[in-house]
Amino acid sequence: MPGVTPDPQSARLEDPAAETVAPGRGAQLLREITTGNAMISVLAVVAALFLGAVLIGAADPKVQNAATYLFARPGDFGSALWGAVSNAYSALFQGAVYDFDAQTFARAIRPLTETMTMSVPLIFAGLGLAIGFRAGLFNIGAQGQIILGAIFGGYIGFAWHLPIGLHLLLALIGAMLGGAIWASIAGVLKARTGAHEVIVTIMLNNIALYLVAYLLSLKAFQRPGSVNPISPFIDKNAELPLLLGSGFRLHAGFLLALVAAVGVWWLMSRSTLGFTFRAVGANPHAARTAGMSVERTYIWVMGIAGALAGLGGAAQVLGTERVLTGGVAASFGFDAITVALLGRSKPLGTVLAGLLFGALRAGGFAMQARTGTPIDVVLVVQSLIVLLIAAPPLVRSIFRLPDPARAALTGARA
Amino acid sequence: MTAGKVSYRAPIAYAAIGLLSLIGFGLIPPSGRHTTFAISTPKDLFTIEPFTVPSKSTAIVFSLVALALAALAFWAARKRIRLGVWLPSVFGLCVLLAFLTWSAADKANSMPVTGLLQGSLFLAVPLVFGSLAGVLCEHSGIIDIAIEGQLLAGAFLAAVVATMSHNPYAGLIAAPIAGALVGLLLVLFAVKYRVDQIIVGVVLNVLVVGVTSYLFSTVLTAHRETWNTPPKLPVLEIPFLSRIPVLGPVLFRQTIIVYLMFAVVIVLQVMLFRSRWGLRMRAVGEHPKAADTVGIKVNRTRLRNTVLGGAIAGLGGAFFTVAAGLAFGKEMTGGKGFIALAAMILGRWSPKGALLAALLFGFADNLQVVLGIIGTPVPSQLMLMTPYLATIFAVAGLVGRNRPPASEGIPYVK
Repeated sequence: MPGVTPDPQSARLEDPAAETVAPGRGAQLLREITTGNAMISVLAVVAALFLGAVLIGAADPKVQNAATYLFARPGDFGSALWGAVSNAYSALFQGAVYDFDAQTFARAIRPLTETMTMSVPLIFAGLGLAIGFRAGLFNIGAQGQIILGAIFGGYIGFAWHLPIGLHLLLALIGAMLGGAIWASIAGVLKARTGAHEVIVTIMLNNIALYLVAYLLSLKAFQRPGSVNPISPFIDKNAELPLLLGSGFRLHAGFLLALVAAVGVWWLMSRSTLGFTFRAVGANPHAARTAGMSVERTYIWVMGIAGALAGLGGAAQVLGTERVLTGGVAASFGFDAITVALLGRSKPLGTVLAGLLFGALRAGGFAMQARTGTPIDVVLVVQSLIVLLIAAPPLVRSIFRLPDPARAALTGARA
Repeated sequence: MTAGKVSYRAPIAYAAIGLLSLIGFGLIPPSGRHTTFAISTPKDLFTIEPFTVPSKSTAIVFSLVALALAALAFWAARKRIRLGVWLPSVFGLCVLLAFLTWSAADKANSMPVTGLLQGSLFLAVPLVFGSLAGVLCEHSGIIDIAIEGQLLAGAFLAAVVATMSHNPYAGLIAAPIAGALVGLLLVLFAVKYRVDQIIVGVVLNVLVVGVTSYLFSTVLTAHRETWNTPPKLPVLEIPFLSRIPVLGPVLFRQTIIVYLMFAVVIVLQVMLFRSRWGLRMRAVGEHPKAADTVGIKVNRTRLRNTVLGGAIAGLGGAFFTVAAGLAFGKEMTGGKGFIALAAMILGRWSPKGALLAALLFGFADNLQVVLGIIGTPVPSQLMLMTPYLATIFAVAGLVGRNRPPASEGIPYVK
């Protein structure tokens, strides 16, 4: 099993050698800011946005045109480039946070609520994956777990007819079960036979995709009188209530995601089970020697991760979409991997990263509609962010920042 | 398996599958139905007339042969005799023939045997190249999740270069360069920055999807004629050999990429296990410290082999555009890179095994297409699931023991 160490950085910062000397509070604070995780994350985002800007510029016809006489009039090239990039990024911002051109305040903040809506499945699935990463399990299967959650939650939502309250509760529990069962397959196989969870979860993703397509071809799942692969609408009693009225899509799933984040925080840093998870992730051999069952831990971790991802699927089907389709999971499960990595597998970080990626997604659609810049550029920016964050030395060399290890050494000498 | 407990796992699996085949394809379906198999193609030396068999009895006969083989496997396991690969192969063939006889019973169209095989080989091409890339990378200790990205990058560059030069062979030369670049990024982050290789692979896939989709939506779509109308590779018929019935059309009436594929498989199979280069590579993947001690440059070996692997996967990517005669499309590799990864595991990290596993997956893929045309009693989604299910069974050790190179995924630090 490859050791998954999403943050080698924090380990280095906690290194006692780095804290032996305190050369004045201000200097130390400055050093922590310039070399710390948060700084690396911010700079990675900046660098990724810059590279995205290069791509936006390269594909812009005006910029291409100006590039043909670059040396005759470099100013033209510069202004064309600036125009293309600033248009695209301001559309991205207006589509994700606040729309300055809107007539009313409600319309102006609508993008922000869209960002929050988009972030719900990302946060749920990201939290699940984060637990896995902390326990040393590389679970790529959030996509399949979201789909199974959506299938279970959706089916209970449209096929059963129960009183208000109970119906939603059962649909949510069903979704958790669906995701948990799907993820547990990988957990059990890992524990029993040593099958690598990366391969098994990738395969389970594809199987889930065909499974939902198959189910939607059955009478039991199709809308009455239709042969399209789309389910009936979710029962009113099973819907996640809207938070801001019918003008907005934001639903109670967002609050649930925040509650889940607090729950994961409690689980991982305050409970015995979470301690076991972390111990197994840090060193499975040591954990086994200490009397913990590594195998059982793998099954638990995958089960909880799947339940969280399943809730992400429930949020989609019971909240945002209100109907089950083959594309219910979009690419949330894959984006959640990058969300968990960006959030460094911590609950708060995952929530923030989920909001950022939700913003990029919501803003990406707006950007595509307004300036014609394809949303695919968002994928480039997202992947670059994660690549850069995973390689702090690269970010430091791009921005000429001091290495924390070396900075501590020079500090000691001074 | 010469000592220790006798394992009846495989014989039990054979018996169960054989029984299912006997009951499902032989006993339950109604009698009096007939199945027609077509063998010949128009250009053959001599024609074999399509022949018709009674469906029920044929399926029963094949299932009984399969059950006899299962009994043989029980006997061999008891006597601790190791039987070769022929047993699972013949067993699989019998069950398959029973299935084909059942599924094409009483259909207007006959079962095109030659066409089925020809198409299978064709669809297996990207899987073979992709899994060979995986074999090369993993034997040198780098996990290559980025096969999907390498295929996609190869497909993209092949389409663009072939269109620009109006020559499909130029595209075939360009494709490996794109794949090698992705491989280079992978090994750079894995070796230099010691980022977890699975993370890099996953993220690189997203990055390649983002970049190619972005360029597709902007440049390639705006000027389709100049960028994205790749000419198709011509079919090279090998004189005389191509006119042998069945074998001719399948093996000798293909494009150059298929012949190249066989060449690469043979060369790699020999080089990997019979040459100094291969021995060194495997040493680096199994025990880098030992390799380093005897003077093998571990990281340089990893760098070269990952780049070479990327190039091979890139060549496989050319299949999607210049060999299939299609323009480049967004995410057109559609998860084939992950199936290639599965083929590599099912083929137990050997080029020969990867070829066979890829052919199996190609067959499953094509079978679903062919059955779709002649009308099948099995839902296509369930057919499409089979390669993924087979992989899960394989990694769970139900098909045989799997052992990846010992040091894959672990960065080497002197």
